[in-house]
Amino acid sequence: MKHIKTLKTRNLCSKQGGCGECQTSCQSACKTSCGVANQKCESKNK
Amino acid sequence: MIHQYKLNGYNIVLDVCSGAVHAVDEIAYDIISLFETETKEEICTKIGAAYPAVSAEEIAECYDQVAELKEEGLLFAPDTFASMAGDLKNKTAGVVKALCLHVAHTCNLNCSYCFASQGNYHGDRGVMSFEVGKRALDFLIENSGTRHNLEVDFFGGEPLMNFQVVKDLVAYARSIEKQHNKNFRFTLTTNGVLIDRDVIDFANKEMSNVVLSLDGRKEVHDRYRVDYAGKGSWEKIVPKFQQLVKAREGKNYYMRGTFTHQNPDFLEDIKQMLDLGFRELSMEPVVCEPGAESALTAADKEIVMDQYEKLAELMLKKEKEGDPFTFYHYMIDLNDGPCIYKRISGCGSGTEYMAVTPWGDLYPCHQFVGDESFRMGDVWTGVTNTALRQEFKDCNVYARPECADCWAKLYCSGGCAANAYHATGSVKGVYQDGCDLFRKRMECAIMLAVAREDQ
Repeated sequence: MKHIKTLKTRNLCSKQGGCGECQTSCQSACKTSCGVANQKCESKNK
Repeated sequence: MIHQYKLNGYNIVLDVCSGAVHAVDEIAYDIISLFETETKEEICTKIGAAYPAVSAEEIAECYDQVAELKEEGLLFAPDTFASMAGDLKNKTAGVVKALCLHVAHTCNLNCSYCFASQGNYHGDRGVMSFEVGKRALDFLIENSGTRHNLEVDFFGGEPLMNFQVVKDLVAYARSIEKQHNKNFRFTLTTNGVLIDRDVIDFANKEMSNVVLSLDGRKEVHDRYRVDYAGKGSWEKIVPKFQQLVKAREGKNYYMRGTFTHQNPDFLEDIKQMLDLGFRELSMEPVVCEPGAESALTAADKEIVMDQYEKLAELMLKKEKEGDPFTFYHYMIDLNDGPCIYKRISGCGSGTEYMAVTPWGDLYPCHQFVGDESFRMGDVWTGVTNTALRQEFKDCNVYARPECADCWAKLYCSGGCAANAYHATGSVKGVYQDGCDLFRKRMECAIMLAVAREDQ
């Protein structure tokens, strides 16, 4: 029996990325708090 | 590091460093909680006693599944990122990719809770000239390196009080972007009072996003969002927002509200926004001095935490009914979200993102404008306060000892420097109340991802 269901996620430990093309963190809506999790990756080399 | 929690009927385990999210049953949930501190035999004995109806073989099998995930690096992955925390900012040192243009330090509303002090940021009222704005855009291009997408927010005060300059600046940017191999993305934040057909046509042609300020229920909105005669603005702006959103085909906007001590039950305001036909929503806790009339109290915070959970439940219900809506803070993308470098680098204020006052002065972000000690330079000579820039450059998730054991650190990237400064006197401080609300929002957002997978 399977007790654990693992969602498909980006594996952060692969340490890929760092192109810097994504938005800065506070821009599009909140302006008063910081989060990065809801930002899109804009790398062309994924 | 892992984070385990139960929400809306789901047992959720987040493996912080790999980013893996697991939906587990009760047995696996309990095994995982013991896994790092006890032996297999001890765990199986304990779980066997707690779940007498489950066979020893079944428990051992579950234990092995947990062990397998650890082996695959999807549970208890070690934090190996600290040494990389400065990499992205070092790689892009000096590159500016976004500006918040304060085109108007004045406003046609007089909202007492406004963090910008009714638009003037505790200073003189004024509007940005085309020459200052043009220089700001040139400064951005000159300092953007190889970065292709450049973000510019038209902010205030109320930017539509200087609409002609906004239009002229967009036209200027469009006239030079191709020759520099750049793509400008513009955002407009407005209180709605001056929206007309011209604004709608322009915004829908040129703005990749519009942020529309509405606090929800009429009585809530009109308590703070009043004109200088004290008259509420709700009735005036709602039809304009509806017209704008309709013309935008319901896309690329945020209906952005603020909740305060007067409406910690902000879900009612979300429902009001839905009733008005809006579907892309954002509600933010007020930013103000502690003890202010609008400030959230400890009792309010408890209500807000509960409201976040109920909001997530409402989203699932509406999705099932075929009438979904979005909430800014719940839009996490587990597959295509930010890379690890982005997650540990901090928000970008004072380095890749700066605010420009109507007079061309540079500040780390819009929330520092008005505090002279945070003036970084100007758009003509660039950043001259390099010590301040260095302080912001050093701001990342590993610069704050309080973040070391926080499971949400790779989702907030260390939090808002302005909130930290106002709460602690240091941009490397931690705004605890903000952190508590942020963690609750992330729990809800991840639960939504689990629930959607389950459906």
